[in-house]
Amino acid sequence: MPSETKTAEIYVEKPKTLAALREGIVSGRIKAADLAAGYYERIEKKNPRLNVYLSLTRERALAQAAKIDAAAAKGDPLGPLAGIPVGIKDVLVVKGAPATAGSKILEDYRPPYDATAVSKLEAAGAVLLGKLNCDEFAMGSSNENSAYGPVRNPVDTERVPGGSSGGAAAAVAANLAVATLGSDTGGSIRQPASFCGVVGVLPTYGRVSRYGLIAFASSLDRVGPFASNVRDAATMLGAIAGHDPKDATSSPAPVPDFAAESDKSAERLRIGVPAEYFAEGLDPEVRTAIERGIAALEAAGCAVKPVSLPHTKYAVPVYYLIATAEASANLARFDGVRYGYRSAASETLSAMYRHSRDEGFGAEVKRRILLGTYALSAGYYDAYYLKAQQVRRILAEEFLRAFAEVDAIVTPTSPTPAFKLGEKCDDPIAMYLADIYTVTASLAGICGVTVPCGATQAGLPVGMQVLAAHLNEGTAFRVARAVEAAGL
Amino acid sequence: MTAKVTVEDVERVAELAHLELKPEETPRILHDLNAILDYVAELNQLDTAGVTPLAQVSELQSELETAAGASVLRADRPQPSLDRAVVISQAPETDGAFFKVPKVIVR
Repeated sequence: MPSETKTAEIYVEKPKTLAALREGIVSGRIKAADLAAGYYERIEKKNPRLNVYLSLTRERALAQAAKIDAAAAKGDPLGPLAGIPVGIKDVLVVKGAPATAGSKILEDYRPPYDATAVSKLEAAGAVLLGKLNCDEFAMGSSNENSAYGPVRNPVDTERVPGGSSGGAAAAVAANLAVATLGSDTGGSIRQPASFCGVVGVLPTYGRVSRYGLIAFASSLDRVGPFASNVRDAATMLGAIAGHDPKDATSSPAPVPDFAAESDKSAERLRIGVPAEYFAEGLDPEVRTAIERGIAALEAAGCAVKPVSLPHTKYAVPVYYLIATAEASANLARFDGVRYGYRSAASETLSAMYRHSRDEGFGAEVKRRILLGTYALSAGYYDAYYLKAQQVRRILAEEFLRAFAEVDAIVTPTSPTPAFKLGEKCDDPIAMYLADIYTVTASLAGICGVTVPCGATQAGLPVGMQVLAAHLNEGTAFRVARAVEAAGL
Repeated sequence: MTAKVTVEDVERVAELAHLELKPEETPRILHDLNAILDYVAELNQLDTAGVTPLAQVSELQSELETAAGASVLRADRPQPSLDRAVVISQAPETDGAFFKVPKVIVR
């Protein structure tokens, strides 16, 4: 298919699967040190244009690679990600390396600890290449809100990669990492994965520890992986999932073998298609691509039926009230006192707070803090924030009822493909729909996977979002594999 | 329901959030805060009498967690935290033990 060929041309070398690379490293045919060096060479060539990496953790990466090679040579047991080069979104802390959260306010901050998800990746053998660009404090859907410049979509460098995990998605798409970690609060893994033509995972809330994730909205934030194929994404999730006593919202639920789950056939799974996600504003080429994906699921033996999620439209106001309210609380800590940017020569403490925050934060971050502060302020808390949390329960229960009838729900991940840099989408209906597609799952706490599902005539990737009930990532992976296998 | 957001409201919110607003930024924020009122009006279309707010989605998850009797609270035992020297190394201004800040003046 013409669009598939055009997308393939973007890769200088088509990335190998995680499993194939690991096998090569364990056997000694591939040296982890050579692999890391090779990735750093590619990064040196491509990063100036794409602006995917903000900083590199070369010393740590090469030390880990050497360790893996030595263990492989001795025949010692090696973890599931042995020698695999990965990138980490700059909202996750890696000890001693920058963690800017895409903001100037943390430009010189060096975290004294590792995020749990990062420690777990390294314990599984992964080689941490560096920190990835993102929208400031994960607020944005195009990676144009980064204080360090936008990321370019590797598929078409005049276009955005999506956001807020634009760097994490683009890194996989451009083969500047085999897999990456990002974060998703209202769609920040799923939408960029869709725009860049890669796989992105939204784990169930609580599935992956948030310890070491610079917080945006604590009841919504999730850490999750990107990869070039579903099985690799499942392997990554398996490595980072699990209860963490350092995160009080971390789920004690046992972690299944997600990769093995993803190998199971999708035959006889019941797939729900909600009409609310196929309404006005959906790009006709996206609609066509998703319909082909649904047809592929039917051909794979799935039973497809309509489902109804009638309160879907309320998700946007609920999300904006909750996310901004929680963000205003979480970003209160950036005050110039203990770490991060402090404005020079303030006469009073109060002036120091104001100037440090005003000079350190970008416009979008300030805007959201103000909205959230308003929603939580005296006299409005009950009418705004509490009301939103009540409607949130209605939305969540609607999903639970749907999942009593179907095993998975499929929707487009985004109503449009990637738009051009600097062109904020002009169609307000499409922007509204874009939010609805992803924030619903965020609010309900359920899990999902976005999988490449064809492309537009111009070669721009389209993603299908596969949603499943809490803790049922395995089901989502099975359905996503079936779509992937169709080779659309 | 409250009337439209005023400039005084914007200034009060900026003060609460410890953010400085330049005069030219105020109209945009005024517009955005009024948009919140629109969102709230939309939500008020729904009758939520008797609906418990859902602040923590974990409560919706599998019963197996509560059945196992797992408590999310850990035992109240002091544990080592971050090393002071490491934490202080990130401070903009310090005397080695404390974070130094400008004088607090009561307005």
